Amino acid sequence: MSPENHQHAPLHLADEGDAATALAEAEAGQHRFDELIAEDSRIEPRDWMPESYRKSLVRQVSQHAHSEIIGMQPEGNWISRAPSLKRKAILMAKVQDEAGHGLYLYSAAETLGRPREEMYDQLYSGKAKYSSIFNYPARTWADIGAIGWLVDGAAIVNQVPLCRASYGPYGRAMVRICKEESFHQRQGWEILYSLSHGTEAQHQMAQDAVDRFYGPALQMFGPPDGDSPNSQQSMEWKIKRFTNDELRQRFVDMLVPQVEALGLTLPDPELKWNEERGHYDFGDLDWDEFFAVIKGNGPLSRQRLEHYRKARDEGAWVREAAVAYANHQAQGRDRDQAALIGA
Amino acid sequence: MSFASHDSATRQSQGEAITAEEIASSGAKAEDATARYALLLGDDALILSQRLGAWVSRAPELEEDVALANIALDLLGHARFLLTYAGTAWDKTEDDLAYFRPEEEFRSCRLVEQENGDFGKTIARQLIFSFYQHELYSRLVQSTDTTLAAIAEKALKEVDYHQDHAAQWMLRLGLGTQESAQRVQAGLDSVWSYVEELFTDVEPITELGDIAVLPSTLREPTLNRLHQVIEEAGLSIPDMSGAHGADRSGRHSEQRGLILAEMQVLARQHPGATW
Repeated sequence: MSPENHQHAPLHLADEGDAATALAEAEAGQHRFDELIAEDSRIEPRDWMPESYRKSLVRQVSQHAHSEIIGMQPEGNWISRAPSLKRKAILMAKVQDEAGHGLYLYSAAETLGRPREEMYDQLYSGKAKYSSIFNYPARTWADIGAIGWLVDGAAIVNQVPLCRASYGPYGRAMVRICKEESFHQRQGWEILYSLSHGTEAQHQMAQDAVDRFYGPALQMFGPPDGDSPNSQQSMEWKIKRFTNDELRQRFVDMLVPQVEALGLTLPDPELKWNEERGHYDFGDLDWDEFFAVIKGNGPLSRQRLEHYRKARDEGAWVREAAVAYANHQAQGRDRDQAALIGA
Repeated sequence: MSFASHDSATRQSQGEAITAEEIASSGAKAEDATARYALLLGDDALILSQRLGAWVSRAPELEEDVALANIALDLLGHARFLLTYAGTAWDKTEDDLAYFRPEEEFRSCRLVEQENGDFGKTIARQLIFSFYQHELYSRLVQSTDTTLAAIAEKALKEVDYHQDHAAQWMLRLGLGTQESAQRVQAGLDSVWSYVEELFTDVEPITELGDIAVLPSTLREPTLNRLHQVIEEAGLSIPDMSGAHGADRSGRHSEQRGLILAEMQVLARQHPGATW
């Protein structure tokens, strides 16, 4: 089902009577929609919703799905070299979860009328965005720890409020995803803890990974509130519940005691407790780098897309075979039925 | 928990999966020959898991990323049980055996060491191995060694799904398009000469009596079922005899060293470290 022929999309009007009916329906729909949002209820796939709400959600949910899919690459890269069988098993399960998250989210976006193939094509062509953190390389084993602790940690802070997102299928997908993400963050923390308390070389590896991932992880909440064009509308629609900067602050406040427990440090000399605000102050982030990475100039932006395209291309014959097989089977059933009726 | 005083570890911990950690702390101690048998079975599972893990983020469809990772994870679980149990004979951990054993001491068969190739070859290898493993574990649940029996019981439930997955794909590829039929046939042809090795009665299995399953007894039922699926998929059973030159004695494929080089590299850079 494409957005164009969705039941709530603009109708092709035969005459003015139809036009008047459609207008009345849209007005009633908007009224009901506003009521549902105001009373903090959920919008469900069959409910009327403004086109801009639908579009905004499709953008957000599909970007989230793409992030899960591209995010499999930096971690998948370490499955073969994980330094113990237990760590290998945990990592494999985690990357598998990410594929599963991608599936839930693509399905949630499909309920908004966007076919999965179309979303795949957008990622394939490079038009779609995904979280730019995954354009950074996972160089060492400690990066797997830092990705779990910082990247999944930031994702949780971002996503817990999304469990209450006004769109039902998205909110419900997020509940399940958040449960698994908290396990992912924990395994990342455990990796860093073991490294930090291991040999000198392991400790250094852990500190180096935290140094590299800290800034980009803080940028996962998006640009500062003044530069975030979509935030305000998303908040009014109750898709988003907190601003980028509010969530970033919450995350920094959470990290400080955790990094102390790890026996590591955060790479920010300006980080200090502000008694008056009741929060940690922290230094400016490198937003030039952020926007460069978003524009496709991250260390691995091209390679991540090439990897994705290669997998899609090399799997095309398999998908074609599966479709052909399903068609043969359906034809066979039709023939059997025809024979039955004929007899 | 103790395995020694009970028939089956899984029956003892009803509703719970056994874990490598439970086996390590169970106090069960394998005899040397039993341990070498467990190692042989575990090496097959470990190497195939390593191979399948490489598909993650590269599968033809997202659902298949999930499926292949799941199978790899199951096999890794079996490997962990088996290597942990083997290690009890020599006071070694699963990681000592996986990461610090030299290439020539692995006992894996050549089938699991074969490169992934395209999806057709991976499915061909998976079909053969999961059918073999299903026959094997269906009998190993009767082992007089209670730990091996418990491991087989747990693994069997998972392998049941693996063989279904492989057979379903064999049908889709065989009966899908001309290209898919050619590719999966090429996959079968590529790995078929390593089938016979699975059924070779090597030591220490020959000395273990009712503890182990004699590979030669698996030959007929495994091949019968393989032939059935391959024919149903409209494909031909490759007409070739077993590739000469290996009997799990250490004279293995060229690929094993490469697989282990990648798997062991980080652990070996930090000997004695914990992770």
